[in-house]
Amino acid sequence: MNDKTLPKPEPVKDSFLLKVGLAEMLKGGVIMDVTNAEQARIAEDTGGVAVMALERVPSDIRKDGGVARMSSIKVLEEIMHTVSIPVMAKVRIGHFMEAEILQELGVDFIDESEVLTPADESNHVYKHDFRVPFVCGCTCLDEALRRIGEGAAMIRTKGEAGTGNVVEAVRHMRQVQSEMRNLTLMRKDELMAEAKRMGAPYEIVLKVAETGKLPVPNFAAGGLATPADAAMMMRLGAETVFVGSGIFKSSDPANRARAIVHATTHYQDAAEVLTASRDLGDAMPGLEIAQIPEEEMLQNRGW
Amino acid sequence: MRIGILAVQGSFSLHAGILREIGVKPIEVRHVADLKNLAGIIIPGGESTTFRIILDESELGDSLLRELRGGLPAWGTCAGAILLGNASGTSPLGWGLIDIKVIRNGYGRQIDSFVAPLRIKGFEGEFDGVFIRAPRLINAGHSVDVLAEFENDPVMARQENILITAFHPELTGDVRIHSYFVREMCSGSNVTKVKSA
Repeated sequence: MNDKTLPKPEPVKDSFLLKVGLAEMLKGGVIMDVTNAEQARIAEDTGGVAVMALERVPSDIRKDGGVARMSSIKVLEEIMHTVSIPVMAKVRIGHFMEAEILQELGVDFIDESEVLTPADESNHVYKHDFRVPFVCGCTCLDEALRRIGEGAAMIRTKGEAGTGNVVEAVRHMRQVQSEMRNLTLMRKDELMAEAKRMGAPYEIVLKVAETGKLPVPNFAAGGLATPADAAMMMRLGAETVFVGSGIFKSSDPANRARAIVHATTHYQDAAEVLTASRDLGDAMPGLEIAQIPEEEMLQNRGW
Repeated sequence: MRIGILAVQGSFSLHAGILREIGVKPIEVRHVADLKNLAGIIIPGGESTTFRIILDESELGDSLLRELRGGLPAWGTCAGAILLGNASGTSPLGWGLIDIKVIRNGYGRQIDSFVAPLRIKGFEGEFDGVFIRAPRLINAGHSVDVLAEFENDPVMARQENILITAFHPELTGDVRIHSYFVREMCSGSNVTKVKSA
């Protein structure tokens, strides 16, 4: 087999444990999109567990159009030098070379993301070959299990990024949770047929049927803009939340960031979420999903 | 026996699972009232900056610190160790409850994370130490009992009621350090005296 064009395998003992381990440490927190070192500093100072470094937040990518690519190295380096929390960065779906560059640079987590313009319409990156952990988006369980099969150490439901509208995040999280519950109700002899129907790796289907949960942490993303959005996603089964445009496109980013962190910690306590929801200024302007043309829906990228 | 786990962020559920496995009831601590009647507390892995920001915006930070100074047994893993150890330039958040200096991310970034077999004083066989963006512990004071080392630096240490590990036992199936903490450090009558809120 000629694997010359694929990333050079660097198998490390216990590699997957270390990747999932970092995802475990991010649980119960808020991962914030930032576009420069100053925003990264605000994210760290307001309690963010990690930053997602990118050139433009999703709402600007949506507005500006054009090809969205991996961030500039200079911005990434500035952010990595500025904060002590983990730094994540996005690569285009299937762009293993962007991923190798980010691994070389030393980012802590790579998001193979539908928010950027896909580089490969058929294949995602083979993530087991990397030492750096990957997070991938999903809209349903079978998509999540295919990404885990390729080596993703964390899954996030996609939602519809850059809209400030949480409805798609809710749809995807409910979808994944309900499909997992259904798997746990199936007889063993039904699971192979179910794996075939789903187009998902059988061994991982089995694992989910046994435990009722994904074998890697399951986070929520796409359209979260308020403390209440964050707390609701946690109640629906998210283990951490990503907030993209929702913070730095609001009128008072630092206060909103702090409030979303507070609401995520205390998601089970409405009195605390109420406290977090006071005096926040304006949320980012939202977008009605029905107004977005089908071909501009980011969630349909990847499979 | 009630063992608390600081549950503002991080790997608290994993610690809770192991405590249940060894027959101990875990109490998730998010408010001052949760500190009531604890025999000990675990400060888990996670992000130490996040912990401190959430602790400091409520009474919980002060109350917890008061209990720890009053002798409440505590075990910090990774981020937890950063809060319990001495502050340093890279890690200004330490409470200094155990006399050991902590360098945040002292072993490097995520791609430098590793698993190493450790010899722990008083334990049979080896223990898989999972180090993830781990803090480096240096300059242990005379009153600190270093229980395990990796490449000549302490990675597990105890001073009276405070235990720290730079690694994550909650990521392995190995319950021995949890058992040690409960048995050797929390079994006295030293329960917290916080009044119910």
